[in-house]
Amino acid sequence: MANEQINPYLDGWSPLFGRLTWDWIPYHEPILVATFAGVVVAGLIVVALMTKYRLWAPLWNDWVISIDHKKIGIMYMVLAFVMFVRGFADAIMMRAQQAMAAGGAAGYLPPHHFDQVFTAHGVIMIFFVAMAFITGIMNFVMPAQIGARDVAFPFLNNFSFWMTVCGAILVNLSLFVGEFGRVGWLAFPPLSENQFSYGPGVDYYLWSLNLAGIGTTLSGINMVTTILKMRAPGMGMFQMPVFTWTALCANVLIVAAFPVLTATLTMLTLDRYIGTHFFTNDLGGNAMMYINLIWVWGHPEVYILILPMFGVFSEITSTFSGKPLFGYKTMVWATISIMVLSFVVWLHHFFTMGSGANVNTFFGIATMIIAVPTGVKIFNWLFTMYKGNIRFEVPMLWTIGFIITFTIGGMTGVMLAIPPVDFQLHNTLFLIAHFHNVIIGGVVFGTYAAVYFWWPKAFGFKLMDKWGRRSFWLWFTGFYFAFMPLYALGLMGVTRRMNSYMDTGWQIYFIVAAFGAVLIALGIACTFWGMFVSILHRKELACGPDPWNARTLEWAMSSPPAPYNFPETIHVRGLDEFWRMKQEGFKWSGHYHDIHMPKSTTAGVLIAAAATVFGFAMIWYIWWLAIVSFVAILAIAIGNTFNYNRDYYIPAKEVAETEAKGAAV
Amino acid sequence: MLKLPKLLLMLPVAALLAGCQYDVLVPKGWVAAQERDLFVISTLIMCIVIVPVLIMAVYFPWKYRASRQDKSDYDPNFEHSTKIELVVWGVPIAIIVALGWFVYEYTHKLDPYRPLPAEVAQGKPVEVEAVSLDWKWLFIYPEYGVASVNEMVIPANRPINMKLTSSTVMSTFVVPSLSGMIYTMTGMQTKLHIVADHQGTYPGRAAHYNGPGFTGMTFDTIATDDAGFDAWIAKAKASGKALDTESYMSLEKPSMRDPVGYYASVEPDLFNRIVNMCVEPGKTCMAETMMQDRMGGGGLDGIKDKSKLEYDDARGVDGFGNALPTPPAPLAHLLSGGHGAAGEEEGQTHGE
Repeated sequence: MANEQINPYLDGWSPLFGRLTWDWIPYHEPILVATFAGVVVAGLIVVALMTKYRLWAPLWNDWVISIDHKKIGIMYMVLAFVMFVRGFADAIMMRAQQAMAAGGAAGYLPPHHFDQVFTAHGVIMIFFVAMAFITGIMNFVMPAQIGARDVAFPFLNNFSFWMTVCGAILVNLSLFVGEFGRVGWLAFPPLSENQFSYGPGVDYYLWSLNLAGIGTTLSGINMVTTILKMRAPGMGMFQMPVFTWTALCANVLIVAAFPVLTATLTMLTLDRYIGTHFFTNDLGGNAMMYINLIWVWGHPEVYILILPMFGVFSEITSTFSGKPLFGYKTMVWATISIMVLSFVVWLHHFFTMGSGANVNTFFGIATMIIAVPTGVKIFNWLFTMYKGNIRFEVPMLWTIGFIITFTIGGMTGVMLAIPPVDFQLHNTLFLIAHFHNVIIGGVVFGTYAAVYFWWPKAFGFKLMDKWGRRSFWLWFTGFYFAFMPLYALGLMGVTRRMNSYMDTGWQIYFIVAAFGAVLIALGIACTFWGMFVSILHRKELACGPDPWNARTLEWAMSSPPAPYNFPETIHVRGLDEFWRMKQEGFKWSGHYHDIHMPKSTTAGVLIAAAATVFGFAMIWYIWWLAIVSFVAILAIAIGNTFNYNRDYYIPAKEVAETEAKGAAV
Repeated sequence: MLKLPKLLLMLPVAALLAGCQYDVLVPKGWVAAQERDLFVISTLIMCIVIVPVLIMAVYFPWKYRASRQDKSDYDPNFEHSTKIELVVWGVPIAIIVALGWFVYEYTHKLDPYRPLPAEVAQGKPVEVEAVSLDWKWLFIYPEYGVASVNEMVIPANRPINMKLTSSTVMSTFVVPSLSGMIYTMTGMQTKLHIVADHQGTYPGRAAHYNGPGFTGMTFDTIATDDAGFDAWIAKAKASGKALDTESYMSLEKPSMRDPVGYYASVEPDLFNRIVNMCVEPGKTCMAETMMQDRMGGGGLDGIKDKSKLEYDDARGVDGFGNALPTPPAPLAHLLSGGHGAAGEEEGQTHGE
């Protein structure tokens, strides 16, 4: 329980530590103390093991400072899975609280804690899990799919990743130093202004998102450039694999939408730090402006998350059906129209704020129009399976689970797009069930499908089938147990974000939902256990470069891929080039040239480290530290421009040796 | 052994029938009933495409599984069919056109700002002005000069015309049995028109998270007959308390789970001043500022006394829901042109 006797909001400011005082360390909250102890113990074990096996230098040289898109992709995935555990712990806490706190019972989380939990859950799951998952998958797969050796700006890629880590560190720090925001994941003002949310919580939110947002924007620019400029010779736009198309559209959306988020959050930051009045009630501020702006970013954001997954499912469906994708052109145009339409629907997030009937009608119908290209995609996957030869490997299971789940989520989404229906269901658990239905059904299932699909490419061995199937079935059934009761509760008018309720009739639904969450937890455990035992049995599970009989160029690389991806340039003649190459009995020529490669660099991680310190200093009003760290950021960034030693050549002989070895696996 | 799976299957059904109130599906007012109808219509229309898709999503993988005996239907090059493409674009478009028509019709019919049609609610409309405060609801009945806290009483079958606003942060007013939601926002006014078709007590709540007291911000909406309504007005009148500037200012202070309360009289024009953020003596009303701005505003010189325009600073709360004398933004002096307190001195005032 929160100890209300200790009220850190009333503490003062000191030049050395800003507003950070002992009262802000939650040593009086048993849940947090236990969590902290767990994190420390786990951390010490990791440190000890790494020291014992002398892994620190390889970690630094081969991973931290690496500009290899494949390694950065894998690091994104590791970050996302770690944050996923954190975000899921929040989910379990909410489910437990709501299953307990019926009929006047208080449960075990007081509002001060519960409200931080639902805010952190949303922020972490969207920004540091879903975003990191899609960025990781795009990083690993996309350059290889277009036959490139790396992304257009390799250093920027490394820097983008570490800025995302910087945001993630700040969010996690809020658990043990201070508090997180109690404002919901989009921090609507005026609630998120200094007056109504004094304390470091919202400042943690703002700085972590703004710093991570720099990484996301730069990574979007990087990938758009890569796709436009670095395709293998012969690969026209309509010869690109569908995943690359969806990655292109998602990254165009990132480049267009994330600056809006940055600007919006910066204005709120200015309100909180220097007393401007962009979104306050008084002195001309207008909170509606924030609501509009945040959703101008927020709606494209959901398509940023789902589009690459549409690409993943397309690749998997066609691979495991043994057929080319049905209606490739349709698929591409559907993706492009979704990309464009996603910018004209933002108001459907606030039909209930008193816009006129004409405005609501426009945005309602615009939203429903998006259902058309989305529906077409679903049909295209179904007709890719039609007359196919379908192998039920684990990625395919996730894909079928996705089609079923996402279709249901899409239907409830169209319901919510109808303004008068939304009047009733907005802000209820029906809405919560809907977006988990599409985000879990789409992004999480897609991530799992992608991980099981491309894991053999990344590491040279398959993941164990048995644990993959267990994980799928637990997730799939767990999802329905966890979220179908929320649809029902929404139809009873039950509001989101309540930490307790009087109506005991609701409790059974919350208990069923909590049971579903437990099933999902077991599913997650199976995933990690599956990875662990697969790594132990990697010798038996080893496979060649093309274990699924796939169709696109990344499968032409060896598994795991060499740093240069392809020993020689591939000349593309059409769609599914790798499939054609295999038909023609493809082999590398063996006449290799020196390969020009970018060099690793420490600048990215150093700037991000300084940015983390800067964010922390700003959150706690430690001005001297903010100035020092800001100067450090500038110094490292400028210093880095004097580094002319950025590239090297892999000699042809070494390429030949590597390829000879790769062929032996 | 067969019993356990069967029991598990029965569990959701049993839960559905456990006597829960599906307020959205079993509405008690015309507006909510229309919204429910639209919910059902749209679900049925979409099922035209959703059901076949779900069937195909299971049937195709099964039918074309790699382990099947006869693989003569495997066509490794089938990737295009104009006929199928026409259907997969055409059917969703047809459905969206149909739904679009319903959207247009119902969105205009159920516009919360639009007075209810005469055939669904008879009699003289009752005006109610609702204010979301930290963390309770205030209902003012301007025609009767009474007000209540955390209880809204309305005569059944008569149109209720509501105006809504908020005192600090955004909230949402909702009584699911009677109608959908509408936001309440400080310095702004929204409208809602509702009617109760049946007498009864319907739960209402704040549907938008608005701070530590959010969960407890509930109220009962009691729909009664005209006589019962008059009796309730009389009861409020007999309470003796007056809602004037002073008592509003103290009511407005943050508090949680307040009991139901009544006011026998309400200062005229109070709601209007709440919307304009000028209940507190000495504050300039928003409408006045806006008129001034429309006439040119006068730049910084137009602001003679900034304190007359300040509102939020006096209403700060801490993370536990206590009133908090809020410190100014830590670097506010940067904005005011550098003069004023230096950073460190400014900072030290935090604790005071």
